[in-house]
Amino acid sequence: MLTKRIIPCLDIKNGRTVKGINFMELRDAGDPVELGRIYAEQGADELTFLDITATIEGRSTFVELVKRISKEVNIPFTVGGGVSSIADVGALLNSGADKITINSAAVKTPELITELAKEFGSQCIVVAIDTKLYGDKWMVHTHGGRIPTERETITWAKEIESLGGGEILLTSMNNDGTKAGFATDITKGVSEAINIPVIASGGAGTVEHFLDVFTNAKADAALAASIFHFKEIEIQKLKQYLQDNKVPMRM
Amino acid sequence: MDIAIIKYNAGNVQSVKNAMDRIGVDAIVTDDIKIIESADKVIFPGVGEAATAMSYLKERGLDDTLRNLKQPVLGICLGLQLMCKRSDEGDTDCMGIFDIDVKLFPPKDKVPHMGWNTITNLKGDLFKGIKEETYVYFVHSFYAEASEFAVSETDFILPYSSSLQKDNFYATQFHLEKSGVIGEQVLKNFIDIK
Repeated sequence: MLTKRIIPCLDIKNGRTVKGINFMELRDAGDPVELGRIYAEQGADELTFLDITATIEGRSTFVELVKRISKEVNIPFTVGGGVSSIADVGALLNSGADKITINSAAVKTPELITELAKEFGSQCIVVAIDTKLYGDKWMVHTHGGRIPTERETITWAKEIESLGGGEILLTSMNNDGTKAGFATDITKGVSEAINIPVIASGGAGTVEHFLDVFTNAKADAALAASIFHFKEIEIQKLKQYLQDNKVPMRM
Repeated sequence: MDIAIIKYNAGNVQSVKNAMDRIGVDAIVTDDIKIIESADKVIFPGVGEAATAMSYLKERGLDDTLRNLKQPVLGICLGLQLMCKRSDEGDTDCMGIFDIDVKLFPPKDKVPHMGWNTITNLKGDLFKGIKEETYVYFVHSFYAEASEFAVSETDFILPYSSSLQKDNFYATQFHLEKSGVIGEQVLKNFIDIK
């Protein structure tokens, strides 16, 4: 049986791991390659590395980092952050990444999703959605959550699927950094509206939150950062808990 | 021992090379037909689209080279599919090493089949020491139909051949280079085949 996936996420700035709290302040959580290798050994199903460096120098540092990760890590990994062209994606995939994630560039130029899917295959194109609740509407944001758009989240998710996106990484900005649980409603809404996998992100604080997002919100994978980096939840214990509660897990 | 990894327009050639490095096996990434023919073992990776990959291989004569190899050959992912007779993807005529078809999964679940799933009914040298129901990593939308060549089976929407073997030809649909220590063990098993 295909398992649900647990994905530690590493935010990278200047080659080091950091984690934003509500997308703002940053804390250093160590060497990305070392962390990635440890997570793989502990039973992580995939890894995600997001480059939050905005400079050109930072970009080439990140490509070098992707090469190092690919040498050391024996499970699949996704990379992203500021990806905006076929050339960006080609450089990252050729450096050994298995998938890439795009966000703002896809919102600005949705056809880019189709071009990337044709060039590299849908399976490696993860489209990230940062979403925030206004009244009763979940609205898409870009640029690390700084810029609101007119797009409603479920409509955008359906469009992503029809354009050829292979997977959706859905982050609730309301929940991110709170450790109060995933945004179950919108995750379920997106997951039921489309036929490509949904990775839920933002709000993980306890093992029960993961159980909730897999069983009630029908997520295919769950992503978290600080709770893993600061060892608040151990991956093996989390997976054991989920398996004991009948969520299919690779043990 | 000389190990050749076939270089072509496929996405995971470097990842397979990295996996070989991790298990301490020297391998050369090449599209040189002479080097491929004289290698002790040949690995044929693959991530991408079947029609595009086949036309690239045909242009360079690599399809005939592969088909006629006598040493152990290991196809991975798209590599497996291209070693079959025909693929639904782009309605492509493939190499025909395995006389079976590659079909698109019916849309009864989320496709691609992406993530960790189990392999069962393990047979042969490739799976020496590997337990039944072991988890390995898959990413694919097309599958090789259940067949006499199956040396592992996987169930996703329907049971299909997740590994194949015929004579000196071996192939896995799952990504050995991304399946953690299990994938590395299967790669070692391939290297150890006499």
